[in-house]
Formats: sequence, C-alpha cells, structure tokens
Amino acid sequence: MAIYQLPEWAALAPALILALTGLVLFLIDSISPRSTDRTLLAGTAAVGALASLGVAVWFSAAGVGTPTIDGGEGVIEIFDGQFVVDQLALYFMIVVAIVTALIVVASYDYLAGHTYQAEYYSLVILAATGMATVAAANSLVTIFIALELTSLPSYALVAILKDNRGSVEAGLKYFLIGALSSAIFVYGISLVYGATGVLQLDSIAEVIADGGADGFGGLLGLGILMLLGGIAFKTASVPFHFWAPEAYEGAPAPISAFLSSASKAAGFVIAFRVFNVAFPLEEIGAVIGFDWTVAFVVLAIVTMTLGNFAAATQENVKRMLAYSSIGHAGYALIGLAGLSADGGELVMGAALMHLLVYGFMNTGAFLFVALAEHWGVGRTFEDYNGLSTQAPVACGAMAVFLFSLAGIPPFGGFFSKYFLFTGALEAATANTAMLAVAAALVVNSALSLYYYSRLVKALWIEDPPATRDRLGQPTGLYAAIVVAAVMTIVILPGFGPVVEAATGAAEALIN
Amino acid sequence: MMIEALIAVALIGALVTFVAPNRVAGKLAFAISLVPAALSLWMFTAFDGSGNALLDGELAFESHLEWIQFGDYSIEWFVGLDGISLPLVVMTTILCTLAILSSWTPIDSRESQFYGLVLFIEANLIGVFSALDFFVWFIFWEAVLIPMYLLIGVWGGPDRKYAAIKFFVYTNVASLVMFGSFIALVFGLGDAATSFALPDIADAMVNGGGVQSSVFGIDPGTFTALVFIAMFLGFAVKVPVVPFHTWLPDAHVQAPTPASVLLAGVLLKMGTYALLRFNFTMFPEQVATYAVPIAAIAVISVIYGAMLALAQTDLKRIVAYSSVSSMGYVILGLIAYTQFGVGGATFQMVSHGLISGLMFMSVGVIYNVTHTRSVEEMSGLADRMPIAVGILVAGAFGYMGLPLMSGFHGEFTIFFGAFQADFAYAPLFTALAMFGIVIVAGYLLFALQRTVFGPYHLETDYDVGRAPLHDIAPMFVLLALIIALGVAPELIFDMITDAVDPILNGGDL
Repeated sequence: MAIYQLPEWAALAPALILALTGLVLFLIDSISPRSTDRTLLAGTAAVGALASLGVAVWFSAAGVGTPTIDGGEGVIEIFDGQFVVDQLALYFMIVVAIVTALIVVASYDYLAGHTYQAEYYSLVILAATGMATVAAANSLVTIFIALELTSLPSYALVAILKDNRGSVEAGLKYFLIGALSSAIFVYGISLVYGATGVLQLDSIAEVIADGGADGFGGLLGLGILMLLGGIAFKTASVPFHFWAPEAYEGAPAPISAFLSSASKAAGFVIAFRVFNVAFPLEEIGAVIGFDWTVAFVVLAIVTMTLGNFAAATQENVKRMLAYSSIGHAGYALIGLAGLSADGGELVMGAALMHLLVYGFMNTGAFLFVALAEHWGVGRTFEDYNGLSTQAPVACGAMAVFLFSLAGIPPFGGFFSKYFLFTGALEAATANTAMLAVAAALVVNSALSLYYYSRLVKALWIEDPPATRDRLGQPTGLYAAIVVAAVMTIVILPGFGPVVEAATGAAEALIN
Repeated sequence: MMIEALIAVALIGALVTFVAPNRVAGKLAFAISLVPAALSLWMFTAFDGSGNALLDGELAFESHLEWIQFGDYSIEWFVGLDGISLPLVVMTTILCTLAILSSWTPIDSRESQFYGLVLFIEANLIGVFSALDFFVWFIFWEAVLIPMYLLIGVWGGPDRKYAAIKFFVYTNVASLVMFGSFIALVFGLGDAATSFALPDIADAMVNGGGVQSSVFGIDPGTFTALVFIAMFLGFAVKVPVVPFHTWLPDAHVQAPTPASVLLAGVLLKMGTYALLRFNFTMFPEQVATYAVPIAAIAVISVIYGAMLALAQTDLKRIVAYSSVSSMGYVILGLIAYTQFGVGGATFQMVSHGLISGLMFMSVGVIYNVTHTRSVEEMSGLADRMPIAVGILVAGAFGYMGLPLMSGFHGEFTIFFGAFQADFAYAPLFTALAMFGIVIVAGYLLFALQRTVFGPYHLETDYDVGRAPLHDIAPMFVLLALIIALGVAPELIFDMITDAVDPILNGGDL
C-alpha cells in the first residue's frame, strides 16, 4: 500500500484532517462573518469528520501501527515518541470521528436560527481534534495539552445557548470543575515527573523498572492517584461524576451526546494508555506498594452501581441518560480492573468494543433527546408519552438504542456486555475480586432494563396527550438517528472484525 | 441458503411494512408473508435429512460460517433443520400468514407498525427453530420478546400495560437464568467445547462424558444437576408450566387476536422446543433422575390448567388456560423418554399450535362481531354466524382429541409413550393426566353449549352478522391442516421419529 511511502507524521492524518477542517471553518467565518449558511458549515464539518473516519479506518485496516511481531509495519512514533500511532490510537480515532460526524449532521437542524453557527461547528471540530490527539498522545505533556484542547471548546459548547440560563449555568459548572480536575491532573503529572524525572510514558515505565523511582514510592503513588482523579473527571466516573448530569442536562442535546460518547472515550484512552504503558503492574507494585487494579475494581463497581441507581430515580429523560452514561463508564472501567500481571487483553478488548458500540447507541439516544427538544415536547418521561404515534421511525430507533443500552439481544450492546462479562470471568482466575465485578455487571444490567424500558413504554405504549402539535421531520436529525440505529443493529453481524480490531488494539497496548 | 432467505424475506418485509402507509400495510404484509410460507412448504417437500440435529444427524439446508472468535471460544453462524425443527418452521410461517390475514378486521390503528412487528417476530421465530449455535439461537430467542411486548402493550385490551410488562419481566428473567446456566455449562465442559455450537455441546454432554472439570469448586455431578434445574426453570416459564403460568392468561387475554395466535401457536412451543433440544437431549442422566418430579409438574399443569379453564367465564380466558393444560401433555410426553412419548410431544407441539391458533381466531371473530367475550352474555350464536361457529365447534373437538384430527394423534401417542416410560409410577401419572381430557371436554362443551346453542340472545347493541371472508379463510386453512395431520399423521410423524431416535439411543441412530 502506498501509505508506507508517506512521511511518518502523516500517520496522524485523522487528527490533522480534523484540525484542518476547523481552520477551514474559521476561514469561512472570517470571509463572511454574518453568514449563517448552515448547509455550508455543517457540510464542511461533516466532510471533515467523515474524511477523518475514512482515513482512520483505512490505516487501521491496512495494518498501520500493528507491531512488527504480528507481521505489521510497526508502531509509528512521531516527534521522538511524544505521539504514537498504534492500533489503539486508530481505534479511538474511529470512535471519535463516528460520533463527531453524527453530531455535526444532527446539529444542522438543532441549530436552525441560532446566531453562532460557525463558532459552534469550529468548536465541535476543534474538540474532536483534541480527542483524536489524545488517542495518539504518548507523553504526559502531550496528553495534558490534547486534553485541554478537548476541554476548552467543550466548556464553550455547553454554554453556547446564551439565552438559556440552564445552558450557561451548566457551562459554568462544567468549567469550574473541569479547571479543578485539570489542576489535579497536572499536579499528578508533576509528582510523577518528580519521582521519575521523565514524562514520556514508556520512559516512565523504564525508569521504574530500573529502580530509578525507588524511594519515591509515596510521591509516585500520590501522583498516580491524582492522574486517576483527572481521568475520573473526564470519564464521568465516581467520585468526579457530579458535573455530568448538570452539564448534560443544560447543554444542547447534541453536545450532551458528544460529551458523553466521544469525550468519555477520550478519557478512557488516556486511562488505558497511561496505566498500561507507564505503570506496568508488576514493577509499579514493588515501588508504590499497592496494586492499582484494586482502585479500578472499586471504581468500576461503585460507578456502575451509583450511575444505574441514580438513573432509575430520574423523571427527566436527559438526566436519566446522563446517569446511565455514568453507569456505562463503570462498565468500561472493567477493562482496567481486569488487568493482571500476565494479561487481561480479553477484558480490555471487551471494554474497547463496549466503547465503540456505546458510541452509536448513546449518541443516538441523546440525539433523540435533541429531536424532542427540537420538537419542543418537554423533558420528562410523561412528556414523551405516545410519541411513537407521531414519529414511529425515530421512536423505533430510540427503542433500539434503549434496548441496546440495556444489553438485550439482538443489538450491539448485548455482545459488548457479554464479552465484558466473560472477560471479567476469565480475569477472575487471576483476581477473585473480578467475580464481584462480573456480578455487579449482571445486576446493574438487569436494573438498567427497568428504567430504559420505562422510556420505551412511555414512547410506545402510553397514549399521547390530546394537545400536541404536529411534529416536524428535520432531515439532519432524522438521518443521524437512523444511521446510529442502523449501525447499532448492523454492528452485530459485523462483530467479527470489531472483536479483532478491539482485541488487537488491546494486545498492542498490553504487550 | 434457504433458511437465510426465509429470515431475510421476513426481516426486510418487516422494515418495508414498518414504513409503508397504514392503509396498504395489511395487504402488503400478507403478500410478503406468503413468500416464506411458500418457501418453507417447498423446503418441507424437498427435506432430505435424517437423525437429530444435535446428535449424529444429517442436516438439511445447513449453513455454517465463522463469525466471531473471542478468547478460546468461537461463535458461528450455524443454522440447519432436522425432523424436529422443520415441522415447527413450516407451522410458524403458515400461522404468521394466517395471523396477518386475521388481523385485517380487528387492527384499525397504526397498522404499518403492527404488521411490521408481526413480520419481525416471524423472522425471529424461524431463527429460533433453525439456529444451531447458542448465540445465534439466543439472539433470536430474546428478539422475540421486544415485538411481542409492543404488540400486547400497544394494541392490547384495557389492562395491556400490566400484561405487557408482566410478560416481559417474567420471560426475560427466565431467559437470563437459562442464559447464565448455559454459559456456565460451556465453561464447565472445559476443553471439550471450544465453540457454542449446540451439536458440539450435545455431543460433549452425551458422548463425551459431560462436565469434566470442577467449576468454582463445585463437583461435576452437582454442577450438572444445578445447570439442568436452572435451565429447566428458565424454559418452564416460557412453556409455561404451573406455577410459572400466571403471565400467560394475562398476556393472552390482553393481546390482540393475532398476537394471541402467535403466542399460543408458536411462542409457547419455543419453550418446549428448547426443553427438548437442551434439557432432554443434552442431559439424559438428569432426565432419568428428575423424571418423577417433572412428571408430577406435567400432570399438575394438565389438571390444574384444565380446572382453571373450567372456572372461567371469558371465552378467551378459557382458551388461554387450556394452553397450560395442553403444554402439560407435551412435558409429560418429553419426560416419558420413549419414541412415542418424545415423538408424540413434538407432534403435539405442531398440533396444538394449529388448534389453539384456530381457537383464538374463532374467539376473535366472534368478538369482532359481538364485541363481547363473556360466556354469560352470549347464547345461540349458531343462528347468526353458522360458519364461524361451526369452525369453533370443530376446533373444540380437535382440542378434545377427537379421532381424525391432529389432537388425537398427539395425545394418543403421548399417553401411549408415557405408559411405557421407565420412571416410577409412570402408568399412574399417565392415568391422572388422561383424566385431564375429561375436564377439557367438560369445559369446552359447557362453554359451547351456553354460547353457541340454544335460543339466540345477546346482551350487546351491535348488529350481529356473518364475518367477512378474510376472517373465515384462515380458519378454514387451519382446520384443513388439522384434519390432514389427523388423517395422515405420518406426514410429519416419520421425520419426527427419525430425529427423536438418536436422543433415546444415546446419540446413535
């Protein structure tokens, strides 16, 4: 394939294309600042996201970043290893690009009549650039910079409905807590640097293995905990989850989808890479005196349980989805909880699969909320009553998302949860605490069926109120929702390649 | 690729119907459903296979593809038919077509969604009866729940919300129990099973000596017993057997007629089919061990279900409860574990599907016309709607097991097989179950005598007249099939016994 003749930095193309798209959007805006040509703006953003997706899929399929042992071309290191492009990076670039494309298309209708069109699309694309960069970042510094590139546009996006008090308040809360967590994260980085003297992830691991951090165990341990805190914020995991329901509820619904799917995936790629590469279990245990998977076991159980119980008590659909997305963060954390000194690729791969499927089903669910906001039908379960009589296709898609989130066959969510479950059981041979995690997964999935099916019941079975106006059929929102629903179903027959890609990415990381 | 074609036609048809305009949806769905019905009839005539799909069998229309490899286990797209599943597939496609035809009158809102869901159920039911990989099978199995939940919940009677949720929760919890225990079983088999293909697992259980390693510190014997019991309970809810039957009358009575037809006709068979495929094929030793309690459950279901039916005054409820009793016969036939017992049970699955479908359709037609189902409000209907009532009476006779109708052959072979069974007190259990026939005849004749015969009298304001042809036609088709199978049971009984024999002979033909 011709890509092998490209310069090395071209491996970052999925992120670079997004960055370029952002600049093009700025250019369009500066040529005609008052323009609110939604078609041009949304079209440009969508083309950029799809191009990024196409290149990422192409690279991934062509074997870029596959370790040489497996017959691949080797992991590509750029800027002296500050960035790496491996299968994991490409995998997450794919997830980010998919979600971005869906969001951009859906925003076309959602933003009709809004003043800040160009700003909105450029901010979305810039945030996506940050997320794609996070996926490839291989040093604590590049991770932090890419993370801030993700966060800063997100704060603005949450608050972009300037006339809406909820939106502004949510943006403020998100910003304050985000700033705090950034501070914690960067403090953690400095502590790790203090203990090891290096910032690049593989160098940290080398220094630790060579005994260079001996005597700084406490410092290093504290640094790791603080990094964990920063990641917990990004992934909306307990105990740094408080912002999520507030921000998701106040933000424009497409942005809620963006944050809860793509931004969360970016948080997880940091977690996966940092903890696997920089702090390999065996060596780090000797230095800091504890096994960090214990922290993830606790975090996973608490996060999924709290998220699901809180979701079960909500009356507001958007908040319910927000809490359920906290629950799903708990499921993805199983990937790290199941690691052990001699493996864990399976459970890690399962977590990756779950994040991909989640990218479709959760984005789709939030986009349905965006559609409901566009219609102006209200926010509670009751307001959603009987929508299926007026919009059967969208409600059918929503039923697909909800049953998939609950993990019911024949949808993608069933398989990713099943693989998480078997992965956890497999990991239980090395770490019996994983039995508790597996049990918590099953119990929580069963519980989640309660509140997801409650929404299905509202949409399909309850009678509609007599006084509801005719509902429009916004093309962009419909298109995005239907594509997400089709993918949630079609991913099932195509699960073979997904499993290969995910386990391949996990193996690349762990070995 | 025939099975894939059947499923694909129904699935694509479901999508097309779902987005079609309401006024053409019914006819469109009917036209689409003729395709799988015709294809499956062709498959029936072209059937060429012998033995049991799971044990030493030659499959018809088999296809086997790699799908997913995760860790040590592979999941495959694996479908095929044998003498047990083929008649059920044919019954499914025919019943779905007829159910669609019988919905033209009662369904008058959101038609495209209704027919879309019915076709979606059809696709999944075909999948359940033809899938031979556990995952493929389980996906189809669970996928039936969602559309049925919506059919009951959206188009059902006054208590539809309660009935829909009860149905969903009961059967979903049962599925989870079954799913968990089966996965545990595969892990327990250790190296003997590297895939979820049912034939591999059945072979490992029957010929490979069963669970080999101790799992989580439980010894293999206890472990197998636990799995057997958990799976039995999981399927028992679906069948349903007493005491897990309470979801059934609620769901049946609230469901719209076509959904009741599919529920009684096909969905209940999923339970007994799965029992036959999993418990009774894979665990021969446990079947012998637990024969007495299972036979007791079967007899209780027969008698208690019939007594409950006797106590009802709602025509639909009577038919609904009678299913509990009829499915009890099927369990009795299975536990007999003889050629006639298991073969008769399989035959009875098909027979009961046709007869109960017919009964629900006739009750539906009567309701469409009279707008009541209460036995006490009706009298002398035979005067006003002779054809529909004639079919109802014929169906009732089929239910009672009159010779020359399929119910007779099913019940007779079950009793014959159960008398020969090896377990303790088998003749006693059989005799008790046979007493059920008397009660069945009792409540059916009692209900008929009050509603159909005597002077015409009806406490309703509706004008009672003849039902339209598209309501009557599907019932004639069913009646014809019932009589055909009654006169010539060997149409399907031969292929059934071919497939049943390996189960009884420990995996050999």
